[in-house]
Amino acid sequence: MSDLEKNDKHEEEHFEYDGGAAVVPADKIEDPGLEPHRLRMTDKDPKAAARAEKQVAAMFVISIIGAIVAVWGYVAFPIVGDDLTNTRNNALWVGVGMALSLLGLGFGAIHWAKTLMPDNEIVEQRHQSRSEPETRAAAVEILNMADDESGISRRKLIRRTMFGALAFLPIPAIVLFGDLGPAGVGDKMRVTMWDRGVRLTRDPSGVPIKASEVTVGSTFHVIPDGLNDLYHKLDEKAKAAVLLVRVNPSALNEAEDRKDWSYDGIVAYSKICTHVGCPVALYEQLTHHLLCPCHQSTFDLANHCEVIFGPAARPLPQLPITVDEEGYLIAQSDFLEPVGPTYWER
Amino acid sequence: MSDKKSIRRKPWATSLVILLGLILSGGGYAAATTTVQNESGAEMIEEGRKLFLANCATCHGMNSEGTEAGPSLIGVGAASVDFQVGTGRMPGQASGVQLRKKPVQFTEEQIQAMAVYVASLAPGPAIPDEQYLDNTGDANHGSMLFRINCAMCHNAVGAGGALTEGKFAPALEGVTEKHIYEAMVTGPQNMPVFSDANLTPEDKEDIITYLKYVEENNSVGGFELGSIGPVAEGLFIWIFGFGFIIAITVWLTSRAN
Repeated sequence: MSDLEKNDKHEEEHFEYDGGAAVVPADKIEDPGLEPHRLRMTDKDPKAAARAEKQVAAMFVISIIGAIVAVWGYVAFPIVGDDLTNTRNNALWVGVGMALSLLGLGFGAIHWAKTLMPDNEIVEQRHQSRSEPETRAAAVEILNMADDESGISRRKLIRRTMFGALAFLPIPAIVLFGDLGPAGVGDKMRVTMWDRGVRLTRDPSGVPIKASEVTVGSTFHVIPDGLNDLYHKLDEKAKAAVLLVRVNPSALNEAEDRKDWSYDGIVAYSKICTHVGCPVALYEQLTHHLLCPCHQSTFDLANHCEVIFGPAARPLPQLPITVDEEGYLIAQSDFLEPVGPTYWER
Repeated sequence: MSDKKSIRRKPWATSLVILLGLILSGGGYAAATTTVQNESGAEMIEEGRKLFLANCATCHGMNSEGTEAGPSLIGVGAASVDFQVGTGRMPGQASGVQLRKKPVQFTEEQIQAMAVYVASLAPGPAIPDEQYLDNTGDANHGSMLFRINCAMCHNAVGAGGALTEGKFAPALEGVTEKHIYEAMVTGPQNMPVFSDANLTPEDKEDIITYLKYVEENNSVGGFELGSIGPVAEGLFIWIFGFGFIIAITVWLTSRAN
């Protein structure tokens, strides 16, 4: 007989099976019962009790001092003028004072309860979760009475219209929230302010940029011309922000169909990360790497911003640029793909 | 295209370019700067050339034309030399992804001499004028420009930050006004260039004023924890904040002695 079988045999001897669902195993470990009640120091020694009393009182006094400190901090460091040091001191002392007054009260109350209030242990037996038959019968009777009095079974018209009203109740919410979906967004996610002939301007001044001003190794943070005139300009800036970089043209490894998107080594890429939309602007001049500070997605600017590291799934969209007659950099069109992170249709 | 390349590769081409550069910039530089206008200008260039040959030419080439170990210095300007040597980054201590700051190896006069020599090779950014370095700019405007152009790498208060593959944007605390200006105008190592057409000298002065304001004024938010943001702050609150809560919970549920 193997050990396993022996074990099985052994188990069988100690189990009693009955036809019901529950298998009640005999306890292998004897119920140790309740621990003997242990007296606290404060119960045994009046000196300890007196000490605990003082401790509780001290915590309450700390609470009082805390409240005073909070008032003092508020009065002593009024938030006036441009000096932000006052704001800091004001917030610091009001906060410290209020924390002390609340914690002192709480700690004192708990210490009081634990050391000085009666330490009686009470045993409460668990009861069955199934109610007594009389209680169950009474509950059924109440339900029947409610049915009878309201007439919900009898009055079919009321019942049906009520169910109808309940069914219609969520419809306004569905319609309102529906606008959060693709239908309500329209082309907002695809279209930015960039368009044919829109000048590239400096962020934040809005001064247009001449191609000759962009020296090799320079980066410009770019917004479209006219952005500063908009009322909701941040909505547009969030999509249209562009990083302009000039590299040595020989360092650019451009695809055949995108050769005319740059101008003499000047390239413009969306600053919105294709991962979750952080601004990608950590540009390394020597390696031509663009790093996103949020999740370390790294884009190779020399190779159309292809992803060389990190969680981003697609390259940064490139803005096709050229120059106008006055030498200012302008966009050839909008981005040819939606900027920013992936969404449902992209 | 291939014809052009082959001309560029002729051995005399580099010398010709340098000669042209020397002729053009020698006159141009003398006219444009006050440093070289005094009578010791030529002596200074000669002194700088000697220092260059002794300390820099191994990597940057006998004629500053650059080698595999170091880039050409033709056209980098006096500002670049003053920054690189003046912060101790040059002469480089060891090759790697990024040259670190170290104790400065030359006296101020020697650095000036080398800067004048390199500037005499070809025009480039000059050492900034004192008027832009006295922190009298508009710190508020500087703060906005700093957040747009610099903060993504150097952190919103200039505490520095990590870049790719071991490179990093250094902390700006304690860097002199002149060196900050020179870094902007020359774009050392992986830093992009912020020419005067991009950020005017006044803009640069505003940025420096902001950085010095941050350096000299206490943080409003209390403990800075290195100003490096959510990592340090998160670590602090997870260890001390949660530690405090756990300690209270243990005390709350323990029996009184």
